Amino acid sequence: MSGFGGIGPPDQGDLVSYSPGGPLYARQQQSAVRSTFVALASTFVFFTILAWVVVHAPGWPQVQKSFFDGSLFVSSLPDIAAAFLVNVQLFLISEALILVLALVVAILRSVPGPVLYPVRLLATIYVDVFRAIPGVLVIYILGFGIPGLGLAGVPNDPFFYAVVALTLVYSAYVSEVYRAGIESVHPSQEAAARSLGLSRFQAMRFVILPQAIRRVVPPLLNDFIGLQKDTVLVSYIGVVEIFRQSQITEAANFNFTPYMATALVFLVFTIPLARLTDYLVSRDRASQAAGGFR
Amino acid sequence: MSLEERDLAPPEAGSPGGRPAIVIQQLRKSFGANEVLRGIDLTLEEHEVVCLIGASGSGKSTLLRCVNLLEEIDAGRILVEGEDITAPKVDVNRIRRRIGIVFQAFNLFPHMSVLDNVTLAPRKVLKMPSEQADAEATELLRRFGLADKRTEFPERLSGGQQQRVAIVRALAMQPDLLLLDEITSALDPELVAEVLNVIRELARAGMTMLIATHEMGFARDIASRVCFLDAGVILEQGTPDQIFNHPSEPRTQQFLQRIIEAGRL
Repeated sequence: MSGFGGIGPPDQGDLVSYSPGGPLYARQQQSAVRSTFVALASTFVFFTILAWVVVHAPGWPQVQKSFFDGSLFVSSLPDIAAAFLVNVQLFLISEALILVLALVVAILRSVPGPVLYPVRLLATIYVDVFRAIPGVLVIYILGFGIPGLGLAGVPNDPFFYAVVALTLVYSAYVSEVYRAGIESVHPSQEAAARSLGLSRFQAMRFVILPQAIRRVVPPLLNDFIGLQKDTVLVSYIGVVEIFRQSQITEAANFNFTPYMATALVFLVFTIPLARLTDYLVSRDRASQAAGGFR
Repeated sequence: MSLEERDLAPPEAGSPGGRPAIVIQQLRKSFGANEVLRGIDLTLEEHEVVCLIGASGSGKSTLLRCVNLLEEIDAGRILVEGEDITAPKVDVNRIRRRIGIVFQAFNLFPHMSVLDNVTLAPRKVLKMPSEQADAEATELLRRFGLADKRTEFPERLSGGQQQRVAIVRALAMQPDLLLLDEITSALDPELVAEVLNVIRELARAGMTMLIATHEMGFARDIASRVCFLDAGVILEQGTPDQIFNHPSEPRTQQFLQRIIEAGRL
């Protein structure tokens, strides 16, 4: 029992004492409990101090009145939550379109051969342009510019342009994510598929993409967290979604509390997605460490 | 011709009147300034097993990849049963169906079960119904001692099992010709035999094979002809007895001497 008094991994001699119920196992359990306790205590102390500093700030009474009005918070929440449904629609429709458009762009950028050079060039220009321009500008330019042309048959609905703008901006990013995934699949996989007589398209469809997409799920989700939040940008072209709604409520009451309600709604919807992303990343890492397929 | 029919056919090399399985004429291939193949001439009769030996970098793998059209050739011709597969407008997908290749690193599809690895090409390329593809693949897997691995994923198999699955995957397309690219080089020594035994069985069954290998003992056993590649040309070829026991070229003698000193022969 050489390691009995020590902390850390047991050596051979401790196998018996390390089994559940054994003294060393109990010791390690104890130490885990202790570090959890220390973490909780230090977090509590930190936030207590922070809260104390904030509520003793000279402007706190004013801020409290204009940001933390309990009754306004409660009364504005139903309208704000209802407006959030517009964001959810924007998010879901755009996301579906982005998944498809980005994949097409990524594949076009990955096709070799001199014949398809113009296609690759166009795809590259698209990705560069829409990653360079701030999303809010794209929303403005499309949302005001295209209906402004007064062409017959062109829709006037700002929601439509909101979806188009978000799709164009985010597809540029997501196509890069896909492309990184496609390029991470070793060329020997394509060689193996082609050697069996599969066409280039079949090799992409059945061998390369399934592996590529599996690898890029975490970064894809990450981009979608960004998209979920960026849906508020379309308020600028007159779509009444959650942010526009909170502005309306704010203006009616001369009080910022509706923004806090909006922030809360986003917290509730975004944090689970962020946790899921982190979980998938760590699971991937674990499976790689275990020699699972890359 | 299916493998079963091939079993019945006498594995007799170069049946009179039959077209050669493969004719390679003045094949050249460069990677940038590096000319890897510098005029290869080689003919394989049906049911013949030809082993390519030579140092690393002598062009063995490149030659196999050219025959499978995985590399574009710079000059020369390759005829498979009389058809020029290096002609400009040839359908490479159709040619590759007839020529199976097994790689050093197995290259199994990691996201598919063993069965799906084997049936993918028959289903998608030959448009074979799934039930038929599954049944034929299961039969092949059984024949090579892999019946119980059907539903496993490649990462769960040993190297030897993975390589046998890769061989079965190539065989499922019922190729006329099998190219083997140093298929035991990535294996632990104790797993080499199980893979080589599979190849011996295929040779007995009459499969035409072009084999790049470092396993000299295996080449001596199995080959109807051995070719020694050196610096992109076939320097010397002949029966295993000629090449291993009475090599005429000094370069061949040198190469074999090094192999013997390394304890590999």
